[in-house]
Amino acid sequence: MARMKFIWDEERCMECNGCVTACKNEHEVPWGVNRRRVVTLNDGVPGEKSISVACMHCSDAPCMAVCPVNCFYRTDEGVVLHDKDVCIGCGYCSYACPFGAPQFPSQGTFGVRGKMDKCTFCAGGPEANGSQAEFEKYGRNRLAEGKLPACAEMCSTKALLAGDGDVVADIFRNRVVQRGKGAEVWGWGTAYGTKAGEGAKS
Amino acid sequence: MKRTALRWATGVIALGLAAGLAACGEKPQVLTGVPKSDTAPYTGTGVSAFTAPGWQAGDATSWNSQLKARAQYGMNDHTRSP
Repeated sequence: MARMKFIWDEERCMECNGCVTACKNEHEVPWGVNRRRVVTLNDGVPGEKSISVACMHCSDAPCMAVCPVNCFYRTDEGVVLHDKDVCIGCGYCSYACPFGAPQFPSQGTFGVRGKMDKCTFCAGGPEANGSQAEFEKYGRNRLAEGKLPACAEMCSTKALLAGDGDVVADIFRNRVVQRGKGAEVWGWGTAYGTKAGEGAKS
Repeated sequence: MKRTALRWATGVIALGLAAGLAACGEKPQVLTGVPKSDTAPYTGTGVSAFTAPGWQAGDATSWNSQLKARAQYGMNDHTRSP
């Protein structure tokens, strides 16, 4: 069974925000909610790096550990999803997540915090695959359509890789060998765990 | 006779008290309906217009191969340029 993973190649990102736009368009995400966003480190300084951040679908997800109503679940493909019918919008997950993935809509009355929203790896939610109910709550279910996440497929420089962990790791490894640098995979250690000396940084 | 009536009255009062106390009990607060599984994506959406061609819905092996191939030709630009 495939184990879905994101890999971010910081050597290739040119901060076009195409991934952000693709995600918002594909899932019709409301204003103020960004399931994916591009963060630039050392902005304006020569050698700045841009990183596209979303839910990394961690192997040992902190959000799942802290959720008081147990609304999270992990699919057989390793995608961390949640049930909005169970979520109470407490926000514990947003404090626990090292990537700032959980988002909360702010258009409620008096700024009340609504149900949590986050990247689904384009895998929808617990509703029937491809149903209108699933789309309204979680967006499109591209995995069930035989496609990969829109952000990665739309990335113009292919800095963002998404798909079966073995395949995307192989693509990334090949790039590193070809260019001879940039072996650091941002967020990999935090999300999936890394043994010391493997070269990945958190 | 008087003793039997007294026993009956005591029994009725005891039952009433027991019923009253039962009303003070907590409702079960166990979460039900929390999904621990989702319909597997390889089952497809049933909407052919949006489904990528080249794989068979319901066949996990076919779906896996489709996603692996899609990642290769969509993201591995080293296979397209020397």
